[in-house]
Amino acid sequence: MKRKLLTGNGAAAWGARLAATDYIPAFPITPQTEIIEALGNWIDTDEMDARMVTLESEHSMITSAGAAAATGVRVFSATSSQGLLYGMEMLYTVAGWRAPFVLVNVSRGLSSPITLEPDHNDILAARDSGFLQIHCSTCQEVLDSTLMAFRLGEDPRVRLPVIVNLDGFYLSFTREPVEIPDETAARQFVGDYDPENIRFRASSPVSQAVAVLGGSPYSYFRYESHLAAQNGLAVYDEIATEFAERFGRSYTAIESYRTDDAELVFVMMGSFATKAREAVDRLRENGQAVGLLRPRLLRPFPAQHFQQLLAGKKGVAVIDQNISMGMGGVLHSELASALYGQPESPRILLSFIGGLGGRDISLEEFFEISAVTQRAVEEGQVPPPRLLYTESELREVRKLQAVAKVERDELGEKK
Amino acid sequence: MTEVKATFYRRMKDLPSTHLLGTGTPMCSGCGGLEALHQVYDVIGEKSVFVNAAGCMTLLSVYPFTPFRGSWLYTAMASAPAGAQGVRDALDILLEKKRIPPEENMEVVVLTGDGSAYGMGLSATSGAMERNLDFLYICYDNEGYGNTGQQYSGATPHAAKTATSKGPLGFPGFKKDLFSIWAAHKPAYVATVIGTEPVDLARKIEKARSLKGPRMIIALAPCPPGWDFDPKESVEIGKLAVKSGVWPLKEYIDGKVTHTKIPRQRIPVEDYLKHQGRFAHLFEPQCNDALINEIQKKVDDYWDEVQKTTSLDKE
Ligand SMILES: Cc1ncc(C[n+]2csc(CCOP(=O)(O)OP(=O)(O)O)c2C)c(N)n1
Ligand code: SF4
Repeated sequence: MKRKLLTGNGAAAWGARLAATDYIPAFPITPQTEIIEALGNWIDTDEMDARMVTLESEHSMITSAGAAAATGVRVFSATSSQGLLYGMEMLYTVAGWRAPFVLVNVSRGLSSPITLEPDHNDILAARDSGFLQIHCSTCQEVLDSTLMAFRLGEDPRVRLPVIVNLDGFYLSFTREPVEIPDETAARQFVGDYDPENIRFRASSPVSQAVAVLGGSPYSYFRYESHLAAQNGLAVYDEIATEFAERFGRSYTAIESYRTDDAELVFVMMGSFATKAREAVDRLRENGQAVGLLRPRLLRPFPAQHFQQLLAGKKGVAVIDQNISMGMGGVLHSELASALYGQPESPRILLSFIGGLGGRDISLEEFFEISAVTQRAVEEGQVPPPRLLYTESELREVRKLQAVAKVERDELGEKK
Repeated sequence: MTEVKATFYRRMKDLPSTHLLGTGTPMCSGCGGLEALHQVYDVIGEKSVFVNAAGCMTLLSVYPFTPFRGSWLYTAMASAPAGAQGVRDALDILLEKKRIPPEENMEVVVLTGDGSAYGMGLSATSGAMERNLDFLYICYDNEGYGNTGQQYSGATPHAAKTATSKGPLGFPGFKKDLFSIWAAHKPAYVATVIGTEPVDLARKIEKARSLKGPRMIIALAPCPPGWDFDPKESVEIGKLAVKSGVWPLKEYIDGKVTHTKIPRQRIPVEDYLKHQGRFAHLFEPQCNDALINEIQKKVDDYWDEVQKTTSLDKE
């Protein structure tokens, strides 16, 4: 074991390396490129015994990743935002092949407008694909989750591909001290990839991913994948427990921070949850009983864990770093459906949207969220979802618009 | 020069009398694509993985049946060559790391229609060739999006009526020259074939099998519903495509294009066109001589150019 300053991207690459990945289909996209560059360099210097191929698109990249996994080798790949969506057809397709591999997604806001900075609309677009999803908030967690993701996906009760998600820039390019597990220990933990009956061999021909006629066999295979994904909940808990025993770091399906005696709870995913954590500390100093839940596992959705952790709480504020146009925050909807009708569920469940395209969420905003939630608890009324935006931000955008107008008028005059 | 083994297939009687690919598939009767596939499969054999893109042939393997004795992987319309990349790379890794013995190795074969090959899958194909992927690509070219009801594709010939070109002049565009596009990548091998010339086809597949790298085959596939003719005419139409010079049989190897069968006396294209409902508007209610002549001229120009520029492998 050694300690090193690593970026989130570096940590993801280390995860792939320590898991003894055989094959890495790749395609560059900011902010993911450092991952494939690191892996490429290790392969060139013989520090890693793997093959890397740059495909001509993410659609092809995910196809070849699935095809290689279906042939029986351990596969790792990485992408982000536009790339994840470009490969979307194949995300759904290869998940149905039941050939596990690990895909890292470095979250980045989706076009339009085009941006490089993070939010979770990219990864949530893959929510229903059949890939399981682990969301990280520190560089250490990225490395460790990558190792756990191989175990999770390859488990005979699961056999589904897994996405490990980290936020672009905030994690991908931020250096943190990371403990790099000893190579042998990591290999022992991950184990060898056993493709079982899903593999191509001359002596035992198979047809994979064949067509079906009618809804009945179709539904059967779709249900099978769903049930396998649900198995992932118990399997994840097992793997996380084993990981904690071996490496001393514990990653429960939902990270809970100061929630035991909390009355109000923030719920957030990803690295921005570290901002919420700080807000919790400050609010606590102020005597307010606030806590934080951060789901690591988003698929399968740890509904029961949420029900237990939120039982008896007075108010919950879900802060979504994503937006489903015409509906609102995705995590909010998911949580509402998990809590609805449960006897001990909090009655007050609020929705806030913030952090889109990397927009910061300030401490003051967390304080305001807490105050709004407290008021809702007192009044017994749930206010409509709030889109976080400050007056000064609006003023800045108005300035940009004014500049745009002046420039356009100027051009118009020249014509 | 690439070493190519002497051919085993010299005449009809060298061809296998029974086919390896099972029968009873849901392909239409008279399907020229299936005819070609039968012959191709006889040469390739069961130590193969067919990587398929969306199209008619996707329905060859419908759970729980398959006519293939070897393996099969359905991908999607655009990315069958990328699927082949994953399978090939994984097999190579397993062989290198000695996790499988050499006898478990297989030929990786991409099987797509023209819509995929000429259009949506072209980028993936180009990528596979540029990476010098060791694979065979079989495109059955029925000159349209057959599975969705024969809309025009990048392979549809000038003037053909399709579900999306029903006007009096048919399809206004021209068939894309995929052979040349592929050959421009300088792969190990490119060839055109047709099921109605089985010896030529078998020799080309055999030759392709003896080479390494991308080996690319386009099979013209007369398609009764898509081209609108009686299934029993399928073989005849295939023969007319070759005799009229509409479908040149050729191969590219080591930078050189060779025509493997040159029609001595080309019959008029009219004889080929008039057998197919998709060209009926050229003949009825009255003959559109201008359009027929335009098609004839294209074919004549092609062969004039062949005479001038390429070496002729006279048979
Ligand atoms: C991404 C995508 N778009 C569209 C389709 C619908 N589709 C299925 S088969 C097909 C036609 C394919 O044409 P071609 O490659 O020529 O094969 P053929 O059907 O003629 O055998 C189309 C458009 C699809 N399956 N996937
Ligand atoms: S539509 Fe044409 S290509 Fe498709 S199965 Fe029928 S005959 Fe064959």
